[in-house]
Amino acid sequence: MYPEDLRYTKEHEWVRVEGDTGVIGITHHAQEALGDIVYVDLPKAGTQVERGKSLGSVESVKAVSDIYSPVSGEVTAVNDDLSGAPEKLNADPHGEAWLVKVRLSAPGEVKHLMSASEYETYVGAES
Amino acid sequence: MKVRPHITQNEDLLFEMSSPGKKGYQLPALDVPDVDPLAALGAANVRAEIDGFPEVSEVEVIRHFTRLSTWNYAIDLGLYPLGSCTMKYNPRVNELVARLDGLAWAHPYQPESLSQGAMKIIVQLEDALAEITGMDAVTIEPAAGAHGELTGILLIRALLEKRGNPRKKILIPDSAHGTNPATAAIAGYEVENIRSNEAGGIDLEVLASAMNKDVAGLMVTNPNTLGVFEESIVKAAAIVHAKGGLVFMDGANMNALVGIARPGDFGVDVMHINLHKTFSTPHGGGGPGGGPVAVKKILEPFLPAPRIRRVGKNLKFDYKRPRSIGKVRAFYGNFGVMVRALAYILAHGGEGLRNATVDAVLNANYIRKKLEPYFDLPYKAPNMHEVVFSDDRQAKLGVRTGDIAKRLIDYGFHPYTVSFPLIVHGALMIEPTETESLREIDVFVDSMIAIAKEIETDPQLVLTAPHTTRTSKVDEVTAARKPVVRWRPVAGV
Repeated sequence: MYPEDLRYTKEHEWVRVEGDTGVIGITHHAQEALGDIVYVDLPKAGTQVERGKSLGSVESVKAVSDIYSPVSGEVTAVNDDLSGAPEKLNADPHGEAWLVKVRLSAPGEVKHLMSASEYETYVGAES
Repeated sequence: MKVRPHITQNEDLLFEMSSPGKKGYQLPALDVPDVDPLAALGAANVRAEIDGFPEVSEVEVIRHFTRLSTWNYAIDLGLYPLGSCTMKYNPRVNELVARLDGLAWAHPYQPESLSQGAMKIIVQLEDALAEITGMDAVTIEPAAGAHGELTGILLIRALLEKRGNPRKKILIPDSAHGTNPATAAIAGYEVENIRSNEAGGIDLEVLASAMNKDVAGLMVTNPNTLGVFEESIVKAAAIVHAKGGLVFMDGANMNALVGIARPGDFGVDVMHINLHKTFSTPHGGGGPGGGPVAVKKILEPFLPAPRIRRVGKNLKFDYKRPRSIGKVRAFYGNFGVMVRALAYILAHGGEGLRNATVDAVLNANYIRKKLEPYFDLPYKAPNMHEVVFSDDRQAKLGVRTGDIAKRLIDYGFHPYTVSFPLIVHGALMIEPTETESLREIDVFVDSMIAIAKEIETDPQLVLTAPHTTRTSKVDEVTAARKPVVRWRPVAGV
């Protein structure tokens, strides 16, 4: 269920490190808890994001929820496909529906995040 | 034979009823010289026609809107158990008083000498609300709840700025009203969420560790959105005050406290009140609303201008308020709402207001007891004016809170609040208010129990509800993802 090459937050985001870049998304558990996602609000390229601070929000038929950045850095790319097709976040949250790419300003931060198996245990305990 | 039933489930738009030349008015023949608009106003100001404007007769307009009104659900039709909204009955005597000529036709530009009665009503309402909340001063300028919240947080900012540092953050428990974080953000603050403890209250340890010199204050809803009274509110306020912060209370749930407990006595520095909830003035389209803000003395100098002062025998508007955060609303707020709220307060008196609170709490607890065997209750703390169930048991059979709410419409009730607060999985948030009779509540309870049984025997019946409305279940997801926000004529017609 949870890919080994991603690192996970307690707030249900993930990050995949590709060189000096972090690809950020929300987890399968998050999309399931939110239900049908209808809108995604993401920052523009060039925005500075900070670990633990909101980088945008995701809206489902139930609620609007903040997306907390798992890492700090500058947004270099945004997944524009999601604005026209937010349902992709329900279908493929760990793959096609990544949210933003960030140039990592503190690559060491990912060490504080959970591995796939740790996250699985965490989600199991929470629900 | 009539072409359609008396109460029709279908109705064309006015645009579709239109035919050229019909008029909704009749004027007598012109008995003064005709004026040529082109000559009088100039060609630039005269329009030959309004494209697509419907042409219908008076009786067609009347029937159209009367038919539409029959599709509505309203507090005048039955229980409206929308949690945290306090949808209580709006007594007709309030309407009568608000429609008195001298009040209904009072103009804000009327001289003060001719406005003394209206000003007295404002002062009396402020005094009554100050007494009820245990606070020192009240402004009734804000137009509604969230507006009152914003005014309250701006007052905190103004005081802290005067002390030299407005600070950066507002702490908000996860059981607070959804508008609170938005309010703090609009007032220029970062929001830090405070996790509730297992009983559904503020976790004092979490609060203490989050409270520091960067925190402007705590925004707390009490009772919170679980309908639970924050028992440690005095200690929580002390923690905030010790580090120089202030406590804002969201007073939307004040219907559980009036006549019983006063926020001013348990550490609150500033709070808002929803006149359209607690004090029985109409909600929403029937409003406008009223969101008075009550403060302790330290915040009084910052209240919106003008304040009403007694000078000799007369009341005067005092605009000389150098530290005021400024106006938050034109003139003095929504006056008609104030008249209704004061009428409600005076009609009840202290004892009556207290009884209303007791009955509101009794009604909610009656529903809790009756429905507890059928729905999961995640937080067991004693509840006040509302009760929050979870759909966990029904979700195992594939039926969620939103589905149950739709089925409730078939039973003739407005749905309860769905999926809020977020700290409860699949929340069913029910607030009956004191207005409801035992008979009405029993019919509601029986309906909820019947639905719980349907879910076990025939879940499809619930999943496909509502069945008795003019529009069956709508596709909310597609509506939100691909909204169609305007009507267009059918092509070729």
